[in-house]
Amino acid sequence: MHVPERAAADSAARELAAFLESRREQIAQRWADAPLFRTVFTVSRDEAVEACKAVVDALSEVASSGRLESVGAPGFGPVREQLGHMAASRSRSGFTPGQIADEAAGLRAVAVELLHGEAQGPPEREAPDVLLALTVLMGTLRLVLMETAVSAGEELIARQQLQLLEVATPVISLWDGIIGVPLIGTLDSARSQVVMESLLQAIVEQRARYAILDITGVPTVDSLVAQHLMKTVAAARLMGAECIVSGIRPAIAQTIVHLGIDLSSVLTRSSLADALAYALARQGIEVFRRADGASPR
Amino acid sequence: MTPASEPATVTSLPIGSDADLAWVRHQVRQFAAELGFGLVQQTKIVTAASELARNTLVHGGGGQAQIHPLHHGPARGLRLLFTDTGPGIRDVELAMTDGYTTGGGLGLGLSGAKRLVDELSVETEPGQGTVVTVVAWVTRAPAVRPGLG
Repeated sequence: MHVPERAAADSAARELAAFLESRREQIAQRWADAPLFRTVFTVSRDEAVEACKAVVDALSEVASSGRLESVGAPGFGPVREQLGHMAASRSRSGFTPGQIADEAAGLRAVAVELLHGEAQGPPEREAPDVLLALTVLMGTLRLVLMETAVSAGEELIARQQLQLLEVATPVISLWDGIIGVPLIGTLDSARSQVVMESLLQAIVEQRARYAILDITGVPTVDSLVAQHLMKTVAAARLMGAECIVSGIRPAIAQTIVHLGIDLSSVLTRSSLADALAYALARQGIEVFRRADGASPR
Repeated sequence: MTPASEPATVTSLPIGSDADLAWVRHQVRQFAAELGFGLVQQTKIVTAASELARNTLVHGGGGQAQIHPLHHGPARGLRLLFTDTGPGIRDVELAMTDGYTTGGGLGLGLSGAKRLVDELSVETEPGQGTVVTVVAWVTRAPAVRPGLG
């Protein structure tokens, strides 16, 4: 870049910073009614105005540092979290990232309008340069907003994946010495590791002799899932517990046979009730209906 | 061969992680259900897709899956392509043998998938990647399979 151009751009950025600082109040007052900022508005409108002022301050900070196009400019630091909240709140209301970006673009018009008003005052100012700088800066703000929205989404996904791992693998005590694990969803390597750990732990804690793995909620049993099941069964057996795999649906049974998986080393039952009946019978417990048919109370 | 009665739209899905495998299974199941595959057939083709997509991920280092719905006259079917640019398969016949594995699995992926679908073909060259194509037809009308009638 030529030195004079560089200098002109720098002076435009400085001028922009000065403009933002002097018009901080007006911009904030008008932005506060924009949908994006209304999201931070809980009790009074002043909260939205304060949020707007923070964003204007950040913009002015970035402008005076001359890094108009830099999404990573330190000036954005203080408002990143707030922008993230705003974007997240809009997307919770059902807006797509594209629509949120459009809303952010709408903020520029307000600032441009004020800048035009300014230019009419002292006519010697070179408004086009400042206008260009403002446009660039607002474009960068839009990108920062998108970036925070996306990274907030990624964090959320990572957290939910962790939650799923924990939530979806409860170990249930079915009877004295009999535990059950209802498996739901995709049984990938990470999930089956969690299942195995919590199952083995429960076998120790509850001194279980029988463990029922119910796969009613597992949509696909391919060779990897079968292998995970067999490993879990083998590990439970090493701990002295007999494992029963239940919930094998007709379609799954046919698929397993065609795949060529040999599950003969694993005790299986079609339903959880059958598996429980088997485990009870093996413990010498009989369940029967009372002859008089009456309930005990 | 009967010409396709409807323009077939192709859906391409990336295969790069375990989550992508789940998505491939989901999409294949949805297509199969829409085309009228019965529950057992759906489960078979989804399981075959799961095996082959995992091969693409584990042995091919990732790639993509393509789903082609097939409309040949009254017959409905699905063609699935699993493409990777990995090391390829040196000996396809050996790889198709039950129990043969280089990845620590059960060695039933390729051979098992073949038994779950109507057709399976492998195009591979060492160092040139692998394309596995499978076709499954809705069994309501087996007599009108293209190429036979």
